[in-house]
This record gives sequence, C-alpha cells and structure tokens, in this order.
Amino acid sequence: MDSLPVYDSSRRGMPALEELRELLRYSNLVIQTARRNIVVRYKRSILGIAWTMLNPLGTTLILSFVFSRVFGGASSYAVYVLSGLLCWTFFAQTTSDSMHNLIWGGNLLKRIYVPRTVFAVSAVLTGLINMVFSLVPLMVVMLFARVPIRLTMLILPIPALFLAMFALGVGLILSTIAIYFIDVTEMYTILLTAWFYLSPVIYRKDMLPQDYAWVVHLNPMYYLINLFRAPIYDGRIPVLSEFLVAGAIALSTLVVGWIWFSSRADDFAYRV
Amino acid sequence: MTLPTVSDPMVDIPLSQPLVDSPDTRGSNLMEAIRLENVGVCYRAPSERIPSIKEYTIRWLQGKIKHREFWALQEVNLSVMKGETLGLIGNNGAGKSTLLKLIARVLRPTIGRVLVRGNVAPLLEYGAGFHPELTGRENIYLNGALLGYSRKQMEEKFERIVDFAELWDFIDAPLRTYSSGMWARLGFAVATDVQPDILIVDEVLSVGDETFQRKSADRMQEFRNRGATVLLVSHNMNLIEEMCQRAAWLDHGRLRAVGKPDEVILAYRRSQA
Repeated sequence: MDSLPVYDSSRRGMPALEELRELLRYSNLVIQTARRNIVVRYKRSILGIAWTMLNPLGTTLILSFVFSRVFGGASSYAVYVLSGLLCWTFFAQTTSDSMHNLIWGGNLLKRIYVPRTVFAVSAVLTGLINMVFSLVPLMVVMLFARVPIRLTMLILPIPALFLAMFALGVGLILSTIAIYFIDVTEMYTILLTAWFYLSPVIYRKDMLPQDYAWVVHLNPMYYLINLFRAPIYDGRIPVLSEFLVAGAIALSTLVVGWIWFSSRADDFAYRV
Repeated sequence: MTLPTVSDPMVDIPLSQPLVDSPDTRGSNLMEAIRLENVGVCYRAPSERIPSIKEYTIRWLQGKIKHREFWALQEVNLSVMKGETLGLIGNNGAGKSTLLKLIARVLRPTIGRVLVRGNVAPLLEYGAGFHPELTGRENIYLNGALLGYSRKQMEEKFERIVDFAELWDFIDAPLRTYSSGMWARLGFAVATDVQPDILIVDEVLSVGDETFQRKSADRMQEFRNRGATVLLVSHNMNLIEEMCQRAAWLDHGRLRAVGKPDEVILAYRRSQA
C-alpha cells in the first residue's frame, strides 16, 4: 500500500545529489528538449539541418580568406581556425543558451516541477549534437587544405566531453547569477567577445608578443581548445599532462557550478 | 500526529475537524494523501530598486539590503485524505495558487512541512509547454517528457491521447495550424492521460466548448472513481458544492475555514458582504 512515492519537503539530502538523481529520472526530457531545439531551429528553412554544417563552413571560409589572402598564411590555417571555432561556438552557444533557457523557461518553473538543471544540460546536449554535425564540414575543409585526416581524431570524444563539462559548469554558474541579475545575460555577450579574442581560436599563441603570452595561460579555454585541436590539426594524440590539465579544469568547474546551482535551485521559483 | 487545526479563531461557524470529517469511508484506506504542517511561504522582494550590481555588492557586503517580506501563506495546517475531493476558495491573491504550487513541488515552503503521498498531476495550463512549430505528435512526446514520462511510456499512451483529443487527422501538422480549441483538447488529453494519485485542477472546466467541458468533467469523475485525490480551485461555488466533499477557504494567506462546502461557502460569502 505504501509503495507510493512520498514527497516530504522537510527531508533534504544533499541538494547536488538529489538534483542529479532527479535529472536521471527526467533524462527523457533532456533528450526531447534537445531534439526540439534542433528540429525547431531549422523547421521552416529549405536547407533544414544542413545549416548546422553550412554555418561553420561559411564562417571558416571568410576567416581563412581574410587571414591567408589578406595577411598571408598557409592553407592549413583554415583547419586551425575551424577546429578552434567548433570549440568556441559550442562553448559560447551552450553557456548563453543555458542562461536563456532557464530564464525564459521560467514560466514553466512556476507551474510544474522539473529538475532545474534540465535547462542547462539539454543546452549542452544540443550543442554536442550540433558539434558532431559540424565535423562534416571540418573534414571537407581538411581535404581541401590537404591536412591529413588521421585516426587520432577518434580520441575527440574525450576533449569534447571535457568541453561539455566545462560549458555546463559555466552555464550553471551564469544561470544562478542571471536569476538574481538579469543584466548578466547582456553583459555576458560582451564578455564573450573579449574572451573570444583572448582564446587562440583565430590566432596561434606564438603569434602573440611574448609579453602577453601569460594572459592566454590564464584562460581555461586555451587548454580545452588545444586538447580538441591537437588530434585534428597536428594529427597527434595529446600527452597525458594536457589531458590532466584540461580534465581538472572541466571537472572542477562542473562540480562548483553544479553544487552552487543546486543549492540555490529551490529559490528559483520564488524569483523567476 | 498533529491534528490539522484552523488558525484563525474568529470564524463564526463550527469547524469540522478534517480528520474526523473526512467522508472517505469507502473501503478501509483512511490514508492521508496530503498533509501541510504549519506551512508558511514568504516571498522576499528588495524594498527598493538597486540600480547596479556594483551597488548591490557594496550593500550586500555592508549587510544593508532591505527586503520587504510578504507572507503568501502563513500557519497553514491541512490534511487531505486519499480519494477526497477538496475545493479551495478565496479571493484572488489569497494564496490558493501558492498552496497548489507547494503540493506540486514547484515551491518549497519557507517554514513548515509539506507531505505528499503519490504522483501529482501538475497544474500545467493545458497546452503550456507546446511548441507551435512542432507537430501534434512531436508535442505529445515533448509534453509527456515534461510530465516525467519515459519515451516508452509515451509510446504506450500515444494512441489513447490522440483518440481522446480526436485529432488523428491533424496529428502530423504543426501546432501553429491548430485552432485554440484543438490546442486545448490536445493539452488536456496529454495532461490527463495519466493515473495520478493527486490531481490538481485550477479552473480548467472553463476551457473549451461545451462538449469538451463535459468531456473533461467526465474525466475528472473517472479519476475520482478510481480513488484519486482531487484539489479543485474555482470561483464557481456551485461547482465546489457539487464536486467537493470538503472545502477550504483561504484568506490573506491564512486558512480561515475547512469543512463542509456549504458551510465554508456561506462563511466566505458572509465575509464578502
């Protein structure tokens, strides 16, 4: 008789663990939301899902034209840019989406219980799917730029996972702040632009004046982008220390973001 | 076990003790489905506009942020038995929606304790969470996920939902092509194709045309026959009297009376005069 689920508001375990358990229970919602994000975005367009591939391709063509023709450089530069751009686009998009989804999904938050992390996690899953699609134009560019496509690329799920963990952590931290200060969403757009130029996406670290190199080393995205780019552009498996640094950054950001977000999550329905 | 009490002693009608009063004597299960113990919900809003984050940080560090506290609910004690239909009445802003949110787990009480036994079918406005660009079929799956169902469970429900909504002809058309009535029908069909132990009904019976209203009323009856607990919020006193075994009257966040619907409604009406 007492097999019914019981909800007791006074019984509180660790919010972070509870949130994780609830998220797993709602995994179908994460999948359905990611599916919706992708389907809806292209639903009315003629080329549909092909845009996920054409978008990064277009940006790369422009950037590599500007840099190799105008400033002079090797054709492999396009591969360098595109591999970095994939990481950056993923990061920028998922972190902003996490924030927006939570704030604009707030209407839902007031009516029905769903684990609050669903918004950020589905944003990251959407980003990952888009990233997989963009590997197609990447390989096309590699063929044209005569950068060999090596088996080392099979290691890519690991850097992608680290990126996803980092983006989720940052997205959760931003979402928590955005609930209290909606201005953060606007500020973040500006911050992203600055961050983009501080990350070695379109330039190489060795192109920077020596005096400024240290700035790049403070940037977590530097390590994550390098880890992702090495198997593509350099055709090598990153060394252990590279994995460890990137992994540590990703994990610590995720843990901090997750714990902080879940500890504040009860308050969200009061605020949104 | 604390017996639910009514906090305001100034009410002029004899109050029935809910536990004793509970008319659910069918069968042996006199089980509590919902219990609120001394529940309070406090919204805090900054009492003045703080212009910037910088300013906020400075004041926060100085401990100078003043909040205006607003108690949406205070000292609410209530117990609802399994299988019971309870009507909630009160003026706008009395705390009815807040109370429902507590039970639907959307809000956690600021103080006190909320105990809910069983699955709650939430107070999703029918059709909320639908996306206009997606087809009816896609929306059914998305909405089901929102209610916490797995894909497999939804596959099993799918046919029944479309049958009930009578939308087979349009199921693969995007929702933006639906009329508002079709939209509401689909929403109702998804939301109620569940076996909830506790159903929260917030003025739904006013949605849709007459046929659809009858259909939704039938479905609610079906739930009650199956032994579900129903919480009904309405301003329609006839409906409350007709459907509910007990009614609760909320006034400015406090429970003014709980008891037989006619008595509670009478007291409520008298206070309005």
